Amino acid sequence: MIDFGYTLTKDRQLDYDHGDFRYFRFVKALEPSIDLCIGCGSCSATCSAAQFTDFNIRKLHTVIRRGDIESIKAELRKCMFCGKCQLICPRGVNLRNLILAMNRAIEQLG
Amino acid sequence: MENTVIVIGGGISGMTASGMLALQGMKVTLLEKEAETGGHVARWDRLFPDRKKAAEVLDFAREGMKNVNVVTGAEVTGISWHDKGFTVTSGIMQPASSVPGPESLIANSGSLINEIAAGESNYTARALVLAMGFDLFEARKKEEYGYGIYNNVITSADLEEKFKSGKDILTSEGKIPARIGFVHCVGSRDEKVGNLYCSKVCCVTGVKQAIEMKEMYPSAEVFNFYMDLRMFDRHFEELYYEAQQKWGVSFIRGRLAECAENPDGTIILKTEDTLTGKPLKMTVDLLVLLSGFVPASGTAKIAGMLGLQRGTDGFVNSADSHSMNNLSGIPGVFLTGALKGPISISEAIADARATALLLADYLKSGKP
Amino acid sequence: MIKFNLFVLPFSFGLVFIVYSIVIHYYRWIKALPAVDKVKLASGVRNPSKVLASLKEIFLEGLLHRSLWKRNPLLGYMHMSFALGWFLLIVVGNLESRIYHGSHINAPYYPIFLKFFIHDRLVLFFEIFTVPAFFRFIMDFILLFVLSGLVLAFIKRKKSKWFGMTKTTNHSLYDRITLSCLWLIFPMRLLAESYTAGYFGGGGGFLTQNLGKLLVAITPGSSEMIAYFFWWSYSLVLGLFFILMPNSRYMHIPSEMLLIVFRHCGIQPKKWGSSFSSLEAHSCSRCGVCIDACQLNFAAGITNIQAVYFIRGLREQCVPENIALTCMVCGRCQEACPVGIKVDSLRLIKRREIGSGQVSDFSYLKNGHPGFADVVYFAGCMSHLTPSIPIAMEGIFKEAGVNYLFLDRSGSICCGRPLMLAGKDKQANELIEFNKILIRQTRAKLLVTSCPICYKVFREEYNLPIRIQHHSQYLLELVKDGRIALQSQHRRVVYHDPCDLGRGGNIYEAPRELLGKISDLVPAVKECADALCCGGSLGLLNTPVKKKDELTKNALEYLLKDRPDILVTACPLCKKTFSKHSGTEVRDIAEMVHDAIPGRLIRKTLAAKEPARLLAD
Repeated sequence: MIDFGYTLTKDRQLDYDHGDFRYFRFVKALEPSIDLCIGCGSCSATCSAAQFTDFNIRKLHTVIRRGDIESIKAELRKCMFCGKCQLICPRGVNLRNLILAMNRAIEQLG
Repeated sequence: MENTVIVIGGGISGMTASGMLALQGMKVTLLEKEAETGGHVARWDRLFPDRKKAAEVLDFAREGMKNVNVVTGAEVTGISWHDKGFTVTSGIMQPASSVPGPESLIANSGSLINEIAAGESNYTARALVLAMGFDLFEARKKEEYGYGIYNNVITSADLEEKFKSGKDILTSEGKIPARIGFVHCVGSRDEKVGNLYCSKVCCVTGVKQAIEMKEMYPSAEVFNFYMDLRMFDRHFEELYYEAQQKWGVSFIRGRLAECAENPDGTIILKTEDTLTGKPLKMTVDLLVLLSGFVPASGTAKIAGMLGLQRGTDGFVNSADSHSMNNLSGIPGVFLTGALKGPISISEAIADARATALLLADYLKSGKP
Repeated sequence: MIKFNLFVLPFSFGLVFIVYSIVIHYYRWIKALPAVDKVKLASGVRNPSKVLASLKEIFLEGLLHRSLWKRNPLLGYMHMSFALGWFLLIVVGNLESRIYHGSHINAPYYPIFLKFFIHDRLVLFFEIFTVPAFFRFIMDFILLFVLSGLVLAFIKRKKSKWFGMTKTTNHSLYDRITLSCLWLIFPMRLLAESYTAGYFGGGGGFLTQNLGKLLVAITPGSSEMIAYFFWWSYSLVLGLFFILMPNSRYMHIPSEMLLIVFRHCGIQPKKWGSSFSSLEAHSCSRCGVCIDACQLNFAAGITNIQAVYFIRGLREQCVPENIALTCMVCGRCQEACPVGIKVDSLRLIKRREIGSGQVSDFSYLKNGHPGFADVVYFAGCMSHLTPSIPIAMEGIFKEAGVNYLFLDRSGSICCGRPLMLAGKDKQANELIEFNKILIRQTRAKLLVTSCPICYKVFREEYNLPIRIQHHSQYLLELVKDGRIALQSQHRRVVYHDPCDLGRGGNIYEAPRELLGKISDLVPAVKECADALCCGGSLGLLNTPVKKKDELTKNALEYLLKDRPDILVTACPLCKKTFSKHSGTEVRDIAEMVHDAIPGRLIRKTLAAKEPARLLAD
């Protein structure tokens, strides 16, 4: 697409070519098990917070992997950290530490 | 002594292998710990993908076994190994307790095998075929799914038994189920129960059973909850297609997280509909858990007697999974069927025939 | 008589330095106390009973090493020989020096190097009851006592297994240099005194005199010069030790003394880094007892995060984040610590520093009225994954005719402790406030929970005006009040103490008494305060699943040693964690109680294999 220096509408695609993968790399260094997710949704289904609000832990770490960070910043704050997700994950993803790592990423990378 | 073989395990693998060996003129003794041969197939009603009666497959296998010496109720208690071949000791056993389930570290310490021998016999042969097969995953281990706690949560094996009985399938309250859920990957692909592997046949079993429920109750709603649908073999994908097109079975991509029981006995389940990205609650009248494969309780014991290698999943490792998948690495000891990992019935039959062929060659040439 | 020689200078300089350092440290710790603690301290030191109690504890712990004796007698003796021995050398040496100089104001070095300045004649056997001879005998005896500890310490470094320790602390280079100085002090003293006694033919006791005679006989060269060399060496290692000490682990000696005083004055640990936590960090002797207590060490092979290393990091103000996060906060090291350092709270202080910057938003929680009841039941998040537990509890409530309310039936609002374990207290408080309102609205007199994690935080952080019980306590009370009748099933069971219920909540007896009524309880190999964590701890934040599996398997090996029929616990998280690896059935105590109500068996046990079932025919 020709870049005119401005756009009329915001591009709504996940722009993998211009994604910000610093966050993903940061998080992965702290919690390598982020790579093990197969997107089964059991974490988000059992989630204590998700029964009260739109909060989807599965999407959070999938989105960060796609290089999209803005949409998760506010979301991350809703986690109660109870650990049910981790107790149910069939892949052994260390979800609580993943949340901590994502928080750290936002703290340190802005 | 020349052409003698002992087959341990009388499921479809052991039956087919012994039949094929007998056909080639060998003297075969088949040892089965249960009162009858047939294994899991004997408890199944119809088979995927063509929904052939399981009994027909067994009849075919039995037909070939006319010259096989079948000893039932015989559990192997010892195997000795000498220059002429093998002596297998079997007792008529009364198990004091036995828990089917993954052979975890603690289970391996032997606390579960605790039998009382009521009489022993020795069998000697030049070669051994191990066909101990598998057990179904003990669904109670997924406590959050409520098997053994909620009356309307059953396993695929329970359902099959019901199909076989020919009776109507009703809820524990005696009602016709208006909404039925099938849960894939129960005890499979689940690090939380220690089983990382795929059990391979549950996906298509779930589709088959969903169709059968719709056949029985066309107005019932049927939902399959899956992570991936692995329709790996011929006609499987078509069956999936048929389930959607002809029967209107719904497929929801999300692993079951937990369920609870309503006061009326219906089951409320929680999952995520991962394709819409929303948590999903649903009330069903009947929930069917598609239990996966785990190594048979006898596998650890017999593999231990022979010093066979087992994988971290508990299944027996063959000498080479590509080219020597029927060889154990011990001359004269052959492996066949689901003791090496999840396998379908047609694969088991093919595997058993291959085993018989290799074994015949071994007895002739004396080389593995 | 001469009273000075140049070689005393290194020692004297070191002594001035160490006294100055300790005074400065004490001053800073006291000055940094919050006002309310200063008041406590001021009134405490004026209270003779508190002062006496402090002195007694300083004597028992600092010199005799009582706690260590109880845990490991050999280690206790070793530390006692150093501490008490050295202390006695100073005190008795001081007394001894006074017979030779009537003056009360001897220079501090004088008693230390006394034998250099006096070299009296040989003591004959029949003279042992004279005062100087007695002192010479006793001083040699004390020196021998210290040296015996030194030998043990040396063996311990090489063969820690002989001491019942699988691992000793991996000390820093600085600590090893300081340790070498300390170890050299007493041999140097022995050699200096011996050569002197041997050369002058008198002045030593049974040890130094005889050794001196031998040494002088076998060493060529001037014995006087050799003796003088060792006096210099003795003074140098003493001086060097004193200079190195404030930044070494030996700072624990003066620190622990002040810590004991602080504790007796009622000064409490704080939630944030404070004077108290700094003092605790300095009081760690790095003895390494915590290493063997730590399951991460002996079950999972993680050897760099134990309390001793964490606290060392705190003192050096460089705790890597992973060391703070890799800990189950199970309390085993705290239980083992001979100094009584509250390691868990130190660990949480560090986690708060890490986690406090992160914000939460729980505005989505909307108030609603839960209804009224006498007893409010909170199953906890994890119990939703072990439905047998809440089902059993509801069955028991109904059986006992209790007017109860299942507060989190359709899903829990987390109790807040998992956030706290990650150092997010502020965020946890939002959840706590919300839950408090819900609980209060029910007007219940009693809060019963099935989760020890919730139980701990309910008791410690909620400040609720009602009674709080874990279900094991509550069920025992129901039995004792005759509200439920139980029939023993006579199954052999072993009980696992959940960390937050046992070490965290000090509840050991209630579940055992309850199980005694309904089953045949067999003891576990490690139980009560020594119980192991199941490996599922919510405190363990950044450890991969494989390591956790190792922890669980190891704990199960201990628990199932006697091959019980059932492994009983009292925590949904323990139950879930153990179930993954246990070949033996795992159940919660509530399920056991429910099944023991005659005619109420809800669920046949796993071991009793039964045919496929449950559909109405």
